[in-house]
Amino acid sequence: MREITYREAIREALREEMRRDDRVFILGEDVAVPGGIFKVTQGLLAEFGPERIFDTPLSESAIVGAAVGASLMGMRPVAEVMFADFTTIAMDAIVNHAAKIHYMSGGEVSAPLVVRMAYGAGPKWGSHHTQSVESWLANVPGLTIVMPSTSYDAKGLLKAAIRTPNPVVFLEHKLLYNKKGEVPEGEYIVLIGKADIKRPGDGVTIVASGMMVDRALGAARTLAQEGVSAEVIDLRSVQPLDEETILASVEKTGRIVIVHEAPVRGGFGGEIAAVVASKALGFLDAPIQRVGGPWTPVPFGPILVDAYVPKEADIIQAVRTTQGAAVA
Amino acid sequence: MGYSDQLTEKDLIQMYRWLVLIRAFEDRVGELWTKGSLMESPHGSQGQEAIAVGACYGLRQQDQVLPSLRTRGAFFVKGISARVQMAGMYAKATGAARGKATAHHIGDPQRGVLLGSGVVGASITVAVGAALAFKLQRKDNIVVDFFGDGAAQRGDFHEGLNFAGVFKLPVVFVLENNQYAELTPLAKHFAGPDFACRAQGYGFSGIRLDGNDVFAVYEAVQTAAARARAGEGPTLLECVTYRLRGHSESHPPTELRDIAEIEQWRAKDPIPRMRAHLTQRGILTDDLVPKIDAEVEAEIDDAVKYAEESPSPPPEELYKDVYAPESPELVVGRRS
Repeated sequence: MREITYREAIREALREEMRRDDRVFILGEDVAVPGGIFKVTQGLLAEFGPERIFDTPLSESAIVGAAVGASLMGMRPVAEVMFADFTTIAMDAIVNHAAKIHYMSGGEVSAPLVVRMAYGAGPKWGSHHTQSVESWLANVPGLTIVMPSTSYDAKGLLKAAIRTPNPVVFLEHKLLYNKKGEVPEGEYIVLIGKADIKRPGDGVTIVASGMMVDRALGAARTLAQEGVSAEVIDLRSVQPLDEETILASVEKTGRIVIVHEAPVRGGFGGEIAAVVASKALGFLDAPIQRVGGPWTPVPFGPILVDAYVPKEADIIQAVRTTQGAAVA
Repeated sequence: MGYSDQLTEKDLIQMYRWLVLIRAFEDRVGELWTKGSLMESPHGSQGQEAIAVGACYGLRQQDQVLPSLRTRGAFFVKGISARVQMAGMYAKATGAARGKATAHHIGDPQRGVLLGSGVVGASITVAVGAALAFKLQRKDNIVVDFFGDGAAQRGDFHEGLNFAGVFKLPVVFVLENNQYAELTPLAKHFAGPDFACRAQGYGFSGIRLDGNDVFAVYEAVQTAAARARAGEGPTLLECVTYRLRGHSESHPPTELRDIAEIEQWRAKDPIPRMRAHLTQRGILTDDLVPKIDAEVEAEIDDAVKYAEESPSPPPEELYKDVYAPESPELVVGRRS
């Protein structure tokens, strides 16, 4: 099968959806002529013209607010917030408008928009261009939060996100843009809300999302050499959360390690831990372990960033903790 | 006065009737609040009715308005009944979103009403987006966006107006300058000479006008609407008015305000002004004034009866409408 990058996969999804549905349009800072700061939307202006993809003022509140307004009038906007950290400026449009408008209209209207944003730590980006924001938004009913980890999922999930009548926050890890993966030719959709078992195993469950999926898979390979069989689950979305897949895995393995890049404290892993503790406690053979960022901002230089981002070794250590311990 | 001159006698009587109805409705909800009947705290628009009526009268059904916290009249003129509004204030199942939203934020896209926000001014960018859709769809509908002087201090005012100016969007920004941001007077939250001059910074015109003169508002909005429909972009209209009541009925009108100031503005009340004008022109006759008053009172009585007799939503209503119905081939696993 052909291999394309995560970036190309997202671009293909956008292109195919724009060809399929002329209500779909793209707006954001530097998305059209420059083709996006990460070049995701490169080439789309040439094909679709300036009414389907256009550059906006540096105004996240207006970008997302305008996308909400346009969606209410029958359009299908895909708004780009260049860095997920800038969500702070667009938060009201996302939280108080997009997420609530179906509810507050008694089901009369909905806001079918997608807000794409690049998240995640990378060297040299600094504290305002690196955060993992999913847990900021995960506590808002009405939202859907998608975090693809592969080219295949990025394309198929984005197509589903554009087609659903509800607002979707689509989080793209910036260090995944160059990663290649198998993507078939032609049309397909990846269902939002269904986690993917990336590697089956029966000794421990590792739940991860976004870039942490690759780290979890790397850890699982190392652990396999030690005789520990890890099942790696890629959440794909944190809202909805595929509780069934997680619980079924824990019932089989009796152990769980939850990994995300956002700080552990207050992170979405806490929610997953609570689901497991409340619904599968009897199956647990060891305390639930969480791996994530420390209680610090994401720093600037590569040495500090490396110290911040969870590594395979951290996941392996957490798994070993589950192997050694027993629930009292 | 081009557009106003074309208003027929029927139009003029209808506009006057709207003013009287809105005032009477606001007065009634104030009384009902005092009696403890209402769930929603009224934020009365008494004194500001000419803005809603002048701005919304003559709009197309497809034109969208986005009312402020205090644009009660926009709901009426765009066709949302007294019954639905009153039921909403009672938090009944027949009100906005079947009791899930306040009457402040009734939305009805078929009648051309966009949902507002409890975060005043935050929906300016949403109004701009609706106008963006009209432009992309090559429709000559427009959006009329209402907000107050307090909301104009939000970043969304600047982001929204700049965005609208850059893309020459068909939107009319109607700033209801009632001189108070909740309890803070204009002089304490605004250092500029006026709001209208801000529009120049965004590449379009801003006009300051008498918001208590229904004809001045009608003329300005119709002129701006024609420009917007012709692709000539947005306009900012600063309608100078005064809030005769307190911020809400929980605040007495005289809280932190001089009674003399209120009386001074009461003399500029838009309703007696229009009544005098129409009487002078012989359009409003001595028998018509009490007839309209009686009709309006009957309509409000009916709305109150409807609201009081309407059922409350069942507790299960809480869980409805969080997500729009969607294909199980796209999304699964929604749970409440």
